[in-house]
Amino acid sequence: MSVSHGIFGTTPFDGTIAMRGYALNKMCFSFNSAANREKFRGDEEAYMRAYGLNDRQAEAIRRRDVLGLLEAGGNVYYLAKFAGILGLDVQDLGAAQTGMTKDAFKARLVAQNDQPETI
Amino acid sequence: MARIVGGLATSHIPAIGGAIAKGLQQEPYWKPFFDGFDPAREWLAKVKPDAVVVFYNDHGLNFFLDKMPTFALGAAAEYRNDDEGWGIPTLPPFKGIPELSWAIIDHLVEKEFDIVTCQEMLVDHAFTVPLKLFWPDGDAPAAVPVCINTVQFPLPSARRCYAMGKAVGEAIAAWDKDMKVVTIGSGGLSHQLEGQRAGFINKPFDLKFLDTMVDDPEWATQFSILELVEKTGTQGVELINWLAARAAASPGPMRKVCSNYHIPVSNTAAATLALEAA
Repeated sequence: MSVSHGIFGTTPFDGTIAMRGYALNKMCFSFNSAANREKFRGDEEAYMRAYGLNDRQAEAIRRRDVLGLLEAGGNVYYLAKFAGILGLDVQDLGAAQTGMTKDAFKARLVAQNDQPETI
Repeated sequence: MARIVGGLATSHIPAIGGAIAKGLQQEPYWKPFFDGFDPAREWLAKVKPDAVVVFYNDHGLNFFLDKMPTFALGAAAEYRNDDEGWGIPTLPPFKGIPELSWAIIDHLVEKEFDIVTCQEMLVDHAFTVPLKLFWPDGDAPAAVPVCINTVQFPLPSARRCYAMGKAVGEAIAAWDKDMKVVTIGSGGLSHQLEGQRAGFINKPFDLKFLDTMVDDPEWATQFSILELVEKTGTQGVELINWLAARAAASPGPMRKVCSNYHIPVSNTAAATLALEAA
């Protein structure tokens, strides 16, 4: 079983999840190719079927649901290629996953400067 | 004999590649990061290394989950960059140095590091961005890519990466060519892209890590990968590339040429370090 290892909001991408997410990640890996990105845009449902996504994965793709994609076995490095099709960057993803606006997420990053300098 | 003249390290955030392509280096957002490279570039112009060994992690350009090596070395005359799917421009190919690749491969396997060897290998932003940062004019020396898995757990431990780097350093030092070599560790420092903990940054840990890279390089090897995830974020574990590069550069203390730390670039605590052989 995959476990969170007790780190808040974090699930290491281990073997169990890598098997669960294989079809989804393989589809996203295919988005390295501009021709494949175009094909996906042309008919998302057919493209997902061709890669054998399960219902949960397909639904998370339809909803552009980042946390749902992670739960369905998605790996962030491959999901980033899907996000690229949507014109989203990692700060959009960060905002979506933390329930913040993008501006609030960016402001929180800047505020990390206020952390102490020594352990 | 070949000589290791120094060890470099830098973050490799894809947005940096975009900023370089658009010429944004002096914009207020980017300036504090890019200015950190000036002393390193001056030092490199002086020492003129002939070859560079880059420790980095592939993010789904060359390797997929169908075949995921823990450690993989390039052994090619040329390494091509390619479309990563989200829009940074593809760069011209980078020169390889297969003689050095094989000298390292031979030694690593002799030392029982059972690596994967690649005569064709696409290199992603984690390889290209550091070379563009340290050699902005595109005149980076011939390179050996050493790819470390940070995608699929279990990842190799910090201690194992350090030991692998150390063996790479031995191989370079024993290489029968009159050449100057630098190493680069790519990635980090603390950041996390995914999950509800996205945006995590740990400044005190990063600053301690940067200090220890100079004169106590084994410090971070005390932590397990999960401890590093907790302390630095799921992508912060890329510091294992830094540890391998540092171990390859020298087993002992080194002289600091420069370091820089800036929060944030994209979602990351960005850092740069240049160390010279003591």
